Amino acid sequence: MDFFSVLYFRFKKVWKAVRLYLVIAGPGLVVMIADNDAGGITTYAATGAKYGYHLIWFLLLLIPVAYYVQEMTVRLGAVTKRGHAEAIFESFGAFWGWFSLIDLMFVDWLTLVTEFVGMTAALSIFGIPAWITVILVVLLMSIIVLNGRYWTWEKIALGFCLLNLIYIPAAFMVNPSVSSILGQGLIPNLPGGFNNELFFLLMANIGTTIAPWMLFFQQSSVVDKGLQEKDINMGKLDTLIGSIITVVVAIFIVIVTGTLLNGAPIDDAATAARMLMKTNHYVGAFMAIGLFDAGLLGAICISLASSWAFGEIFGWAHSLNTKVKEAPWFYISFFLTLATAGVVPLIPGAPLVLITLFVQVVAVTLLPAALVFLILLLNDKKTMGEYANTPLQNTVSVIIVVLIIVLSTLYGVSALFPNLFQ
Amino acid sequence: MRMLKQFRSKIREINQRYGKPKIEMSKGVKFSLAVLRIYLFVLVLLMIYKFITVL
Repeated sequence: MDFFSVLYFRFKKVWKAVRLYLVIAGPGLVVMIADNDAGGITTYAATGAKYGYHLIWFLLLLIPVAYYVQEMTVRLGAVTKRGHAEAIFESFGAFWGWFSLIDLMFVDWLTLVTEFVGMTAALSIFGIPAWITVILVVLLMSIIVLNGRYWTWEKIALGFCLLNLIYIPAAFMVNPSVSSILGQGLIPNLPGGFNNELFFLLMANIGTTIAPWMLFFQQSSVVDKGLQEKDINMGKLDTLIGSIITVVVAIFIVIVTGTLLNGAPIDDAATAARMLMKTNHYVGAFMAIGLFDAGLLGAICISLASSWAFGEIFGWAHSLNTKVKEAPWFYISFFLTLATAGVVPLIPGAPLVLITLFVQVVAVTLLPAALVFLILLLNDKKTMGEYANTPLQNTVSVIIVVLIIVLSTLYGVSALFPNLFQ
Repeated sequence: MRMLKQFRSKIREINQRYGKPKIEMSKGVKFSLAVLRIYLFVLVLLMIYKFITVL
């Protein structure tokens, strides 16, 4: 064969792989990019404003952390064809099952409230009243979900994922010093030494990277999409690309606030957007649009994670491929979760700070349990067969899970008792 | 009332369906679940303490 024939066949082989990836891609990308939700954007904006580029190296470490945890849900979903809630019920019995399901319902609802808080705050920057934002979001999300096809829902969700990349042009617009980013950001360092404030921010960054709803969402999404064992490698690639994108977006947010708001006190991303608008109107607007999109993406995934879990356990039809008539409870639970959470930010004097605190604390009760169940399920050779964890995978995932449990527990406890570590 | 009854019977059915854990209860699994119970118990105690002291 001549050179051009070899080149042609290689190109065809690669193109076939790319097309296969494009068919399978979705759950990993959506879950990982939705991980940069309203709370996540606030954390990254605060990280950049407080420590400039100094913690970029730490964000890079979160790529393998997110990947190793989430890829396990791909294998579990593709092999068992069951969502995470159903897998816990079946493998560990009703006690642990109810504990996980009720806890998930609470965490998801509380997190959903924080997404609505983020979205209403973002659009208020453009003069849109909170009640209009809530009605628009509930309508938009209902239309997206009610189309009756998983594929259509996924493609729309991927469109919103694309909008999440808005922070990348925003970072270029602020003209950051590349040498400073490389010099300060890529060499591991602890700016100002190890202190409580830094520790809290590091824990917050980990807390936003791995959330309980992500495990439930991705596994159910893999099942609803119909991924098989043969698709696992592409599903893992999808998760890896998603985890890289989510951290890249986080880094660009840090670059934006680290360049323009270094040293400014940032309590939430909407405040950051308002402050950025004073310096550069477009960057501030990008920040606000990104915050709205992040809240919307988070809300899309979180409300679905709950509805899928309920459907699995109560035996309701629970697929996005079903019409409302075929799966009424699935859609009713989705709509109820969404609408009730959307109302909270509209209540005058609603305890929003308390809700944010509660999210952190209640998540700590579910995350360790969900992670421990995940590892135990991945070691169940009878069910997982050749897709069970290898000794190397076990070592890596156990180290990561133990670290997440310790740090997220400290994060939750420090949220309960703010003076404990001072 | 009828809906409540249906809901209760559904819960009972779920409890029966998932009554027995299917995973092999090896020493490792038993140990992990025991540690998890203690962890959650301590965490709940901390939350109750916080709740009482706040009130």
